[in-house]
Amino acid sequence: MKPSAFDYFRPASLSEALALLAKYKDDCKILAGGQSLVPAMNFRLARPAILIDINDLGELDYIFADDNGLHIGALTRHAAFHRRVVDGPLGALLSKVARHIAHYPIRQRGTFAGSLAHADPASEWCLVATALNAAIVAKSIRGDRRISVGDFFNGTFATDLAADELLAEIHLPAMGPGWRTGFFEFSRRAGDFALGMALAALRIEDGIVREARLGVGGVADRAIRLESLEDGLVGHAASPELIDSIAREAWALVTPVGDIHASPEYRRDLIATAVRRALTEAAA
Amino acid sequence: MSHIGRSLRRIEDRPLLRGAGAFAADCNARDQLHMRVVRSPVAFGRILGIETAEACALDGVVAIWTIADVAELPPIDFRQMGLEALAAYRQFVLARDYVRYVGEPVAVVFAVDPYVAEDAADLVYCDIDEQAAQLDATAPPVAFKPDIYPGLLSEPAVLRRAYGDIDAAFAAAEKIVAVEVKVGRHTGVPLETRGALGVYDADKDVVTLYGVAKVPHYNRDAITRMLGLGPGRLQLSEGHVGGGFGIRGELYPEDVLVCAAALRLHRPVKWIEDRKEHLLAANHSRDQVYRLRAAVDKRGFILGLKAEFFTDQGAYVRTHGTTVTDLSAAMLPGPYVIPAYCVEGHIRLTNKTPAGTYRAPGRYESTFARERLIDKIASDLGLSPVEVRRANFIAAEAMPFDRGIQTLGTGVVYDSGKYGDLLERVLDRLDYDQLQQELAARRDRGEHVGLGVACFVEKSGLGPQDLVRIRVDGRGTIEIVTGVASVGQGVETVLAQICAETIDVPIERISVVHGQTDRIEIGFGAFASRVTVMAGSAVKIASEALRDRALATAAKLLQTTPDTLRLSNGTVEAIDGGASLPLGDVALHLEESGGLTGEGRFVAGHMTYPYGIHAAQVKVDPSTCGITIERYLVGYDVGRAINPMLIEGQIVGAAAQGIGGALLEEFVYDENGQPLAASFADYLMPTCHEVPEIEVLLREDAPSPLNPLGVKGAGEAGINAVGAALAAAIDAALQKPGVVTQLPITPARLHAILRGRRP
Ligand SMILES: Cc1cc2nc3c(=O)[nH]c(=O)nc-3n(C[C@H](O)[C@H](O)[C@H](O)COP(=O)(O)OP(=O)(O)OC[C@H]3O[C@@H](n4cnc5c(N)ncnc54)[C@H](O)[C@@H]3O)c2cc1C
Repeated sequence: MKPSAFDYFRPASLSEALALLAKYKDDCKILAGGQSLVPAMNFRLARPAILIDINDLGELDYIFADDNGLHIGALTRHAAFHRRVVDGPLGALLSKVARHIAHYPIRQRGTFAGSLAHADPASEWCLVATALNAAIVAKSIRGDRRISVGDFFNGTFATDLAADELLAEIHLPAMGPGWRTGFFEFSRRAGDFALGMALAALRIEDGIVREARLGVGGVADRAIRLESLEDGLVGHAASPELIDSIAREAWALVTPVGDIHASPEYRRDLIATAVRRALTEAAA
Repeated sequence: MSHIGRSLRRIEDRPLLRGAGAFAADCNARDQLHMRVVRSPVAFGRILGIETAEACALDGVVAIWTIADVAELPPIDFRQMGLEALAAYRQFVLARDYVRYVGEPVAVVFAVDPYVAEDAADLVYCDIDEQAAQLDATAPPVAFKPDIYPGLLSEPAVLRRAYGDIDAAFAAAEKIVAVEVKVGRHTGVPLETRGALGVYDADKDVVTLYGVAKVPHYNRDAITRMLGLGPGRLQLSEGHVGGGFGIRGELYPEDVLVCAAALRLHRPVKWIEDRKEHLLAANHSRDQVYRLRAAVDKRGFILGLKAEFFTDQGAYVRTHGTTVTDLSAAMLPGPYVIPAYCVEGHIRLTNKTPAGTYRAPGRYESTFARERLIDKIASDLGLSPVEVRRANFIAAEAMPFDRGIQTLGTGVVYDSGKYGDLLERVLDRLDYDQLQQELAARRDRGEHVGLGVACFVEKSGLGPQDLVRIRVDGRGTIEIVTGVASVGQGVETVLAQICAETIDVPIERISVVHGQTDRIEIGFGAFASRVTVMAGSAVKIASEALRDRALATAAKLLQTTPDTLRLSNGTVEAIDGGASLPLGDVALHLEESGGLTGEGRFVAGHMTYPYGIHAAQVKVDPSTCGITIERYLVGYDVGRAINPMLIEGQIVGAAAQGIGGALLEEFVYDENGQPLAASFADYLMPTCHEVPEIEVLLREDAPSPLNPLGVKGAGEAGINAVGAALAAAIDAALQKPGVVTQLPITPARLHAILRGRRP
């Protein structure tokens, strides 16, 4: 469990980092929180020849809200979300979700952007980004690129980022006070990656769902937004009966794979439960 | 001031709390080389060749060995319970002809630093003709090493035990109750992985091995034999040990290789196991399938028990020989009378990591099987599980109870026990009837909650003997030297307490030396919950000898007779007041004539048999298949509690491990024998979130008549019945008696149960 040899750069500015990326491309990897990359290197599953440590790039360590929503800089740690980073339902949701990611010490290092770049199908932030329709800002010496989340994930540990690109910012759309959210996940132990999880956000007016966001994670090669089910919610009261039927439809829509922790049959039932519980929480 | 029975803080914690611990990885020597093991990537296959040239060429690589380089080394022998028939199944230090499990050492690299060593190991290429792996211990046996040992099959031994008239029992039965259950493959996972540092001192011509644990004296002798060394040329030195649990400290290939390399390369050689290696290379355990058939009468009394079981021993038979299977067969009847019994235990080899003992070996498994059977008897007869247990308990008046069979070379004779009495105390503590009503009411409201109870007999204090020497110096400080080992269980404190009590000295003056082969000629180590019983008794005997010597000497100095003197707080004093003499002065006086010392040897031909009861209350969420342990109680009779706090610590820690094996931990393999749980991401240890507060009801109702202290062991009580109790509780929560037949009870298995499929 000793990594193979690598060269190490610790650029002092973003432009320096981008220049290094442009120079070394596939031979290098960005080191953010290191909570996924370093274990992979110790197991020699990853053998980057060069590491570009971005932890000195203070210019990427920001988080702010404006009328368009929430802007999360690449060095924002999971732990930053322990407190509510923005008033209203979004801040509350992120704070709740963050507590399900790994353990306290890991949350002090691991980054939101690193989670997206790593693209684990059971990552909570990947589900948040997918369900809430995030946009991703990638930077390279070639310029900036805005990628909508629907185009970002290419599968397990695979994204649309080019070898010379740095994921600089995640942009989550604003969530007005009319929104309510629910999140449910089940894992074998506290802090483990979820065996299944669901995130729901509903804008409810006069007892009727006006807008809906619904996503599930841990069941496929990436988080999935269930847009057809969102449509099924809009225009109705989020009654227990409706929630039940949406959960059953989610069950029918997913085709989970099995692994040593969960059979496909179990995962599928679990997803229905997660959807039911997330929606019930949001509708409450 | 009395010391026995008090929850004194541990004297061994001072260096640990100050960061001054000396674990294996803390041991270093100038110019040391680092060893890295190249491990088999496949589960079973003929070795065609091992290519090392590219790795050898790497800067910093000093040597690379395969079996050809250590061809003279015999395989690793049995420490206990060896049988002639097992000899061919022993493991060589490096794979010979065949590899038989993923992780088997095939080569070792010695290099100037651990990074280079790992780089080089990556470059060693094993050319192996892979063959179909045997992964099911219940399947018909196959060839062990085809064409090397023609006809040698993967069933090294079948152990048979029987007593009573089994046919008559079945003929008289009101009902026959049968279960088939399985305990998954898991093991002890100490916080500190294994490690070794071998240092050759050319001036003295002595090799010293650091980082050892558990059985240093035995391993000294075994390595000495393997390397053909003369007496005194090898010493083993135990430092701090971060957990043992039965698996750590057994003799493994790496220990032998480190010593051989230190001798041959004339440089210190260090090896520190990484976690992935640990999960592939250190002994696995459990992994048994039981088929039980009980002939019962109307009250659920077991007239006779027929048992067949299979131990998945993995790829080779290691140092434990038949131990696990032997203990399983002998301990299966547990606390119940069972007048007729016949058992057949199959030791089967597969292409998985070799297995050995893990805390409560053969009991965690057999208790699960037996207690599942008792629960099934109860449900089949419509009786309460508690009632059936009461009906079957061996009565206190029947003690000592001779089971009529042997284990570990000793007759199974339960020395003392009040099983029924402990059950009533546990039920009392639970407020059992009231609690069952509350749970029933909660179930009526739609919750899935239930309570399970499981009973067991443990064994402890395995002989044959232990030796202790105590010496007092001129300052009155006392050194106890023993050949037992400390795996972190509080040996130093407990031995010091017994000494302090016996000779009435302040405990701060006592230090305890253990696990050093150059300090005492024999030692039997730390396993089988033996240390407090064996070394504790030896300390008492040695302390008494030392006290007598001190009083006799002081009497001469004070011109009186010993019977007018006593030891008090480190001083010899006249019983009627007046003259007194510090112990250190007595020691100074004896300096010329060998010093103030005491020697104690305790020999035991029989083990002691503590017993206990676990009770678990769980809540199941059928939608997620999540299991929450709401309450967990361990009732345990230890005979005599030297330090109740340490015993509770043992019980709580062991219960946590038991929960791991019952709900989380499992070495899963794919159909090719590739391990799928080879890191902590997939091999799930319980954390503080999964382990509830463990309540301990510690009793001293049945002291052992077999030793001067009345003690029994406490190392394995907390783990023994966890699988059994949780299974019963989950059955009750689901109101489906007998549905849990396999450990660990994973969400996917629970899901299959709930959906009515075979798990
Ligand atoms: C025990 C444990 C439990 C965990 N449990 C969970 C869990 O329950 N849920 C969960 O979501 N995660 C979990 N994680 C993973 C953790 O959240 C990681 O922090 C996260 O996945 C990656 O973030 P990081 O900043 O550590 O990235 P790193 O490990 O530094 O990098 C990960 C990958 O992303 C790339 N990368 C990082 N930042 C950028 C960037 N700005 N631009 C381009 N590429 C980049 C790296 O090159 C690398 O390939 C767990 C980790 C551990 C060790």
